[in-house]
Amino acid sequence: MEAPGTENRRALLQAVLALLAAGFAAWWLPQVLELFAVINATVYIAMALLALSLALVWGFGGILCFGQAAFFGLGGYAYAVAALNLPDTTYAVPVALGVPMLAAAALGYVMFYGKVSDVYMGVITLTVTLILFNFINSTAGDEWRIGAAPLGGFNGIPATPPLNVPGDPGTVLAPEQVFAVAIGCLAGCYAICKLILRSHFGRVVVAIRENELRAALLGYDVRLYKLAIFAVGGLMAGLAGMLFANCVFVSPTMFSLAYSGQVIIWVMVGGVGTLLGPIVGAMLLQALTAWAGTLPGVNPSLILGLVLVVAVLAIPRGLQPTLTTLLRKRAP
Amino acid sequence: MTALLATEGLTMRFGGVVAVDNVSLIVEERELRCLIGPNGAGKSTFFRCLTGQYRPSAGRILWRGKDTTGLEPHAIARLGIGIKTQVPSLFDGLSAIEGVTLAVRRKHGEREARRRGMVALERLGIGALAGAQVGLLAHGQRQLVELATVVAPEPDLIILDEPTAGMSAEETAGTAALIREMSRDHAVVVVEHDMQFIRAIAGGITVFHQGRVLVEDCAAKVLSDPRVHDVYLGRPPAPQVVVPA
Repeated sequence: MEAPGTENRRALLQAVLALLAAGFAAWWLPQVLELFAVINATVYIAMALLALSLALVWGFGGILCFGQAAFFGLGGYAYAVAALNLPDTTYAVPVALGVPMLAAAALGYVMFYGKVSDVYMGVITLTVTLILFNFINSTAGDEWRIGAAPLGGFNGIPATPPLNVPGDPGTVLAPEQVFAVAIGCLAGCYAICKLILRSHFGRVVVAIRENELRAALLGYDVRLYKLAIFAVGGLMAGLAGMLFANCVFVSPTMFSLAYSGQVIIWVMVGGVGTLLGPIVGAMLLQALTAWAGTLPGVNPSLILGLVLVVAVLAIPRGLQPTLTTLLRKRAP
Repeated sequence: MTALLATEGLTMRFGGVVAVDNVSLIVEERELRCLIGPNGAGKSTFFRCLTGQYRPSAGRILWRGKDTTGLEPHAIARLGIGIKTQVPSLFDGLSAIEGVTLAVRRKHGEREARRRGMVALERLGIGALAGAQVGLLAHGQRQLVELATVVAPEPDLIILDEPTAGMSAEETAGTAALIREMSRDHAVVVVEHDMQFIRAIAGGITVFHQGRVLVEDCAAKVLSDPRVHDVYLGRPPAPQVVVPA
């Protein structure tokens, strides 16, 4: 058995490695990819971050959230609305993080302090995202505007302004720079997740996933810990939404069932209870569905469903745990 | 002097069924007390009221004179009460030492918590299992890991619900010795229905029957009381009340 010091050092090493790899990718990929591919890669990274947020909440917090897209959409919309109203889009970033985090905290308060059981938690989170979807869809009229930002109903907000250089609203970030920001956000969030899970707080969160009653009988306020990890997950999903808004634009589909469902599939295929697996799973499956979309007469959703069924049967624990086991067996 | 733990007229109803009926019980510091009674006597419901898993319908629970009725389980644990549930309640995915460390970690730093956790495991004779994943252990070993988890933070009161359920005769004897040893430093309340085990522990006994306290006395007197024999051997007592298990 390892001493906790060694484990902490390893977690720190992994976090640093992730940041270095991200730095390299941010510098190298824009040089070899075309502009369209760079923007596409940024979308993939935003989705990977969304998957990471659910990997933390579900895989470690044990909270199966069927509505992670709600926080993704809220992050995107909060960014777009704030960016249209504020002189410098940099100020919109804390809004894009704060709104989904507070929404997650409020929803978490109702669910965890109301002692809602797991099944209903899934129902409630799913319902919330669908309510938001329908609400945003019905805001087409001119009366639906927040300050200078029209909500735009099913058209979304096509005029979502991109990030600018902090303090210099005139200089808008180029797609390559947005890509670098996105990859930095993903690596940073991965590192933060790693550090959270090595901390005492993270250990209690995992212990609660293992056995809520025992954690409570040891004097830990289960509700508070779940609320906190859920809010962190909401914040990360919001950040993903903000990045998405920077490469596409915000529209009601961000709240759609398709996103909520896909992110669960990405995490499942990547491996529930891992962080890297869902990141890789999100990227691979998006690439797969994008490719399937180019084939004539093929429904990409059907392919995704097929992949899920095959993955659940063939690698029930997900990509990362299966690969780790295989590598350990190979190693002497 | 105020008692460590006291209940005043504690009552728990489920619809029309009264599972615990007006129970007043006092546990002093460092006392060893057994709660016994046949199936459905209300022991487990009473236990769940004490540990905050149920909010009693009526009555009060006092901890050192302070009203603690209706507190959440985590708040009750923080008073200094260690609780062992009937079915071992453990962190199956963690190793034994990780779980026990968490039990102590609220009050101590990581290093000290781990040291104290190890001491607790060794005290129960399962130091060798420290690195083993709890979910893969045998039932008797799991019981011991849970006991270590409960004892590690040095609580003032330890409440054990059927600690010997599923143990071998040898493990049961060992646990009885252990509980006697624990009661030197802590107050211990044991909910049990195994009479052999009760004899081995030989503490004060409260007998539950149909949700009420039937007898309360020292072991020798209670075990020779004809009413207790009636209750256990199933002589039909009148009037009949149906109480769920």
